[in-house]
Amino acid sequence: MNKSSNKFRHLIWPLVSLALLLLFNAIFTDNFFKIEVKKQDSAQAVQAPSVPGNPSENNVSAVDPTEAAAKAAAEEVEAAKQTVQESAGQEAQAPKKDEKGVSIFGYYLYGTPIDILNQGSKVMVLAIGMTLVIATGGIDISVGAVMAIAGAIAALLISMLDAGNCVGAGMGPAWYWIIPVAAALVLSTLAGFWNGMLVAGFGIQPMVATLVLMVAGRGVAQLITDGQIITFDNPGLVFLCNGHALFLPFSVWIVVAMYVIAGLLTRKTAFGLFIESVGNNERASRYAGIEARRIKWLTYVICGFCAGVAGLLAASNIKCADSNNAGLYLELDAILATVIGGTSMAGGRFFLSGSLVGAILIQTLTTTMYMKNVSPAIVQVPKAMVVIIVCLLQSPVFRAKVLSIFASKAAKGGVQ
Amino acid sequence: MKKFKFPMRYVPISATILVFFIVYLIGIISFENFGSPKVFLDLFVDNAYLGIAAIGTALVILTGGIDLSVGSIIAFTSILIAKMIATGSNALVAIALALAIGIAFGMLQGWLIHCFSLPPFLVTLAGMFFIRGCGFIVSEESIGIKNDPVFNFIQNDLTIKLGKGMNLRFIVIVYIVVLIAAIFFSQRTRSGRSIYAIGDNELAATLMGIPVGRTKIMTYTIAGFCSALAGVVYAVYLKAGNPLNCVGLEMDAIAAVVIGGTLLTGGVGYVFGSLFGVLVLGLIQTLIVFDGRINSWWTRIIVGLLVLAFIFMQNLITKISKSKSKSQ
Repeated sequence: MNKSSNKFRHLIWPLVSLALLLLFNAIFTDNFFKIEVKKQDSAQAVQAPSVPGNPSENNVSAVDPTEAAAKAAAEEVEAAKQTVQESAGQEAQAPKKDEKGVSIFGYYLYGTPIDILNQGSKVMVLAIGMTLVIATGGIDISVGAVMAIAGAIAALLISMLDAGNCVGAGMGPAWYWIIPVAAALVLSTLAGFWNGMLVAGFGIQPMVATLVLMVAGRGVAQLITDGQIITFDNPGLVFLCNGHALFLPFSVWIVVAMYVIAGLLTRKTAFGLFIESVGNNERASRYAGIEARRIKWLTYVICGFCAGVAGLLAASNIKCADSNNAGLYLELDAILATVIGGTSMAGGRFFLSGSLVGAILIQTLTTTMYMKNVSPAIVQVPKAMVVIIVCLLQSPVFRAKVLSIFASKAAKGGVQ
Repeated sequence: MKKFKFPMRYVPISATILVFFIVYLIGIISFENFGSPKVFLDLFVDNAYLGIAAIGTALVILTGGIDLSVGSIIAFTSILIAKMIATGSNALVAIALALAIGIAFGMLQGWLIHCFSLPPFLVTLAGMFFIRGCGFIVSEESIGIKNDPVFNFIQNDLTIKLGKGMNLRFIVIVYIVVLIAAIFFSQRTRSGRSIYAIGDNELAATLMGIPVGRTKIMTYTIAGFCSALAGVVYAVYLKAGNPLNCVGLEMDAIAAVVIGGTLLTGGVGYVFGSLFGVLVLGLIQTLIVFDGRINSWWTRIIVGLLVLAFIFMQNLITKISKSKSKSQ
């Protein structure tokens, strides 16, 4: 009957919160919505021509994390400055295609909302996988550790390729980034397979089963990188989270692609229905002829894959693999995004679009705080409060209680 | 029937104790001085805060819930105490305030979880973010505690000297007292037994007339208190506070509780087991320190594998006892 209104009901609260946040920014933050069109130039396209294939630039280094982070930040600031200057100078020029074919159209958008999308891409990708897992009534708290593993293997392989001592080095630096990317995705999918095996194969509670990988995963990642932070600047790998295509950061297109694929998979095939039915009542689904175990297993595999993509994005963003801090606490952000988006933790229904809105909401909040000069560490306080408020608004018990307060007041008013 | 059931209940905890002794034996065989009582005593000194935190976690897990705010509360209380002492307050006032905040925060979490039936995972997750952020508001940098009379008193006068350079530090005594109290509470009091009943089957407990809400809120309050006390102990142990302390400690506490033989779904296990869970974690760390060649990240891999092993064992036990109760 009123299906159309029901269809978007879950999106109301997250969207209202997001709108309030944006309104706040529109009023109190200067230039928040200012989006500029910048011209892509070689400096921005992270194509440092001298770098690829040069063995002396092999970047395995044992710098301590703070130093590396500071260095990366400094590099980024420099690059940004350069971009601004150069783009200001060349704005009148006609768009020309980048020589290595990385930038498409040569123009890209630049501004805070775009930045929010770019920085939020990791959580958005994670949230897509997490939504499916939570919809089966499960949870995957190992995605942060899987991200670290994916970043570690990618960075290790790319440094080996740069040094020339790995199969596939003959492909040339412009293309061999495919190998680490593929390896990272395969490894993270295997991690998801492992989680699925514990949950669906052996019937262990999801929270507990994925706790194993969460605890051990960072150890594995450090095993891969030998406890060091591996930096890289292979253009292909760096492009993932720093490059632009079709006006937007490339990472946004990755999110869009994954969302479309996941959406088609779940809404245009019976897979989504199976997931919901398993989340609702696993035994009943099995009696109805659904391979409940296989469905659950598959969602963990998908979640692992998503974690791998997010891990690549995270590593690409800071141009290094830091096993200790990559994806730290991001599993929590992903779960929060999913829950804010209206997916029930008990399973049985899920909203991919809601999860994306939830992820954007979290990132908008974080970025707003940064723009208000709030220390990154303190950002967690308002984040936590928003989470609790959104959860309360979605809690049927809370709604009933608030309603009953209003009802009793109205009744009293009526008597008087 | 009793013949079967009796040993079954004790299998996980016996396995934990067995693992502890095996690891200890490995240490004694591999390293010369591993067996010295000082190493054993240091195990308690170094892990007293984790042990106290694990007690609260164990109780919460027994109700079928989870508490992720442990590490953050430790960081917050330690930095709060350090900051208050640095600004000239009495250390006892600071400690009392820290404990009160821990209790209030635990109660708030329990209230949100019970009264609005929000998932414990989410509420304590938000609590974790919140309280760690509060720690950064207190101070963004580490603060040392220097020349405080109360802390010096705890350090010097409350330490029991056992001779041969061995000292039973006050924080160890605190841990043991809290542990004994928690064991007594969970095994011998009405509220303690209610925790088991709720963890086993909340609906059934409600129907039986057990005050589910009160017990659950109380459990989270106790967990908050334990975390705050762990923070105090941590401040005494390090003589400093740092808002970055104990990131991810909640996972260590949960791992200790699981290795200690408590079922994460609730209702099965012993607070006593968390002692051996913590000791096993501490032993693995000590072994790696003794060895010196192995990288410290092996700790996490080994702990992960141990958790896995215990989960498998408990799954097996649950299945066996289920099939037994069915066959009756």
